[in-house]
Amino acid sequence: MSRIIALVDGSVYSRSVCDHAAWIASRTGSGVELLHVLRRNHAAAGPNNLSGNIALGARTALLTELSERDAQAARISQEFGRVILEQGHEQLTAAGIADVTTRLRIGDIVEEVAAFEADADIVVIGKRGDAADFAKLELGSNLERIARTCRKPVFVAARAFTPVDRFLIAFDGGASSRKAVDHVAASPLFAGLACSLLAVGPDTPAVRGPLDAARATLEAAGYDVDAEIVQGPPDLLIAAAVETQNIGLLVMGAYGHSRIRNLIIGSTTAEMIRLCKIPVVLFR
Amino acid sequence: MISLHAYRDQWFGNVRGDILAGLVVALALIPEAIAFSIIAGVDPKIGLYASFSIAVVVAIAGGRPGMISAATAATAVLMVTLVKEHGLQYLLAATVLAGLLQIVAGFLRLGYVMRFVSRSVMTGFVNALAILIFMAQLPELIGVPWLTYVMVAAGLAIIYLFPLLTKSVPSPLVCILILTVVAIYFGLDVRTVGDMGELPSTLPVFLIPEIPLNLETLSIILPYSAAVAAVGLLESLMTASIVDEFTDTTSDKNRECIGQGLANTATGFIGGMAGCAMIGQSIINVKSGGRGRLSCFCAGVFLLFMIVVLGDLVKQIPMAALVAIMIMVSIGTFSWSSIKNMKDHPRSSSVVMLATVVCVVLTHNLAIGVLVGVLLSGIFFSWKISQIFRVTSTLSEDGAHRTYLVEGQIFFASADAFSAAFDFREALKKVTIDIGRSHIWDISSVAALDMVVLKFRREGAEVDIVGLNEASETIVDKLAIHDKPGALERLLGH
Repeated sequence: MSRIIALVDGSVYSRSVCDHAAWIASRTGSGVELLHVLRRNHAAAGPNNLSGNIALGARTALLTELSERDAQAARISQEFGRVILEQGHEQLTAAGIADVTTRLRIGDIVEEVAAFEADADIVVIGKRGDAADFAKLELGSNLERIARTCRKPVFVAARAFTPVDRFLIAFDGGASSRKAVDHVAASPLFAGLACSLLAVGPDTPAVRGPLDAARATLEAAGYDVDAEIVQGPPDLLIAAAVETQNIGLLVMGAYGHSRIRNLIIGSTTAEMIRLCKIPVVLFR
Repeated sequence: MISLHAYRDQWFGNVRGDILAGLVVALALIPEAIAFSIIAGVDPKIGLYASFSIAVVVAIAGGRPGMISAATAATAVLMVTLVKEHGLQYLLAATVLAGLLQIVAGFLRLGYVMRFVSRSVMTGFVNALAILIFMAQLPELIGVPWLTYVMVAAGLAIIYLFPLLTKSVPSPLVCILILTVVAIYFGLDVRTVGDMGELPSTLPVFLIPEIPLNLETLSIILPYSAAVAAVGLLESLMTASIVDEFTDTTSDKNRECIGQGLANTATGFIGGMAGCAMIGQSIINVKSGGRGRLSCFCAGVFLLFMIVVLGDLVKQIPMAALVAIMIMVSIGTFSWSSIKNMKDHPRSSSVVMLATVVCVVLTHNLAIGVLVGVLLSGIFFSWKISQIFRVTSTLSEDGAHRTYLVEGQIFFASADAFSAAFDFREALKKVTIDIGRSHIWDISSVAALDMVVLKFRREGAEVDIVGLNEASETIVDKLAIHDKPGALERLLGH
């Protein structure tokens, strides 16, 4: 049984993450696992004691004090986490998804996703979470870390869910975008949607060849493909195409061509997630 | 290896708390570093340089964020005779070698040896450490003018009572300030830090210890280095697990070994003495809000800064103020609950704890104390396990066949009891020994089993062993000789 991991954190995006997860689940028939990771409160702030002396039994006293403080903070954040998960559960059940499980973990979100991603087909995450600055449209730092480390496709949810009719594959001929094409061809998630295939660059055989191969793969899988090569700055062109062709979902490789950049997610990729107001599926 | 993200978080996850705590710790480190240099018999600058460089290097390379490392009493007491007999340069060389040994230990993943150090040994270790710190203050307390006692008492009063007033200023610092001002104002004739030797006036510089590089030198410093390396790692790993408990996080013990090693190696080359993690300072750090690597780093940097800038003032600190602080550290380090617990804990744990303390106090070497403690715990443990063992038997109706059922652990400590559990005087035709519910651990138990079988055979019985379980079977297959000709002679020849 395949599963979708949906990461919720109680921010505005939690709702849309659940909506997107429900959409994916209804198309692919997989179950949804809602995952909320509590940050370990290792720097439990409290009244600082700067007296710098250690009295009799200082060790035991300090241990007791710290444990009590942590215990209180942990109880509150756990309760909050359960509420978030419950809300998501209700939302998904209301959307008609039968197989919904929840998981509350403590630790680092990347490590927890890494621990559970093996059973999952896709990981759904919001563009920015609780901690990110909405005004600046910055991407959440967790999103970047997960996009970098997750071995499964990462579905980056937009702020609100809108139904998808047409999706666009931003194709650069690199390994991750070829993988994206293969995945799209095989996955029931995209079946029946109209497909645009967009490559940016000069119209040379080096670009045309892989693009045609990708088109053939997709057409063989029954997609109605509209392939195009345009020249110019990739981020703006893709954003324009999304705008004009009424694209509801963007699919792209997490990394560009540049090997040096393989450590960080491609700058075009990050820019696209930021610019486009639609969900993005990333492949590595 | 930890990820870059996690490492960055360990540095900058708690900047405000770490810097503040670093400052508090630096203030507390100055008197300690000076006091520990005096214990080792070197100038205060040796301990101060060491505290700076160990703190900084461990902050970068260590495995336990939020722990404070610097020059310590545990390592200082080990080097007293080395300094006395061979001088400072040998101390520096021994420090470098101790660091290298610790790095090797880290790469060999010797951190796991810590599991053999039981709770009782650890308690004995901290208690012994507290006693050593206190004993090191005695020269300043015996045969001195009565004024000193007044000042030490006043210092202790300030340290313990001032926090009742406010907890936002380190009380040891207040103690130093008030006692120094009083001593200068009234022109009191008391010993000051300046009398104890040279203080740093510049930043440390790289230097290579001036020693002949030959085997003789090695044979002089190696015993000291080995002891320092062992004690340093022990205290560091112990402190690491204490900080683990405080912060409810885990640490990388082998990385900590390597970090401590790098710190000592670097310290030897800038003219500092060996050190390790400090239990008391780490408690102060966590209590003051320090959690990350930055706190240890800041402690080291602030310490050096204050000493270089304020050196002239530091010189005038009366020794009585330092003694008061060190008595506070000693009291804070001692595990008072262990005395209370002696009533309730098993007697064997109390014996282990006390033996560790006594050995350390007699030898001034924590490594020996810990070794004795670990050996004793091992002996007590095997003694306890050897009692989990029983032999029962049933006689057949015709009285010619007896079945012995052996249960429990058979090893060197229970082998004698095992042999004694059989009655060889009984005239039997057949003996069955069922060891299906026991474990045969070593060659002592194999020899004992052999002996039993041979003895029964000599009395004319036919012996059958059943139920050799997997664990026993392998060892018996390898070692037993009872089924070979001339077996008895060979067995007796042992």
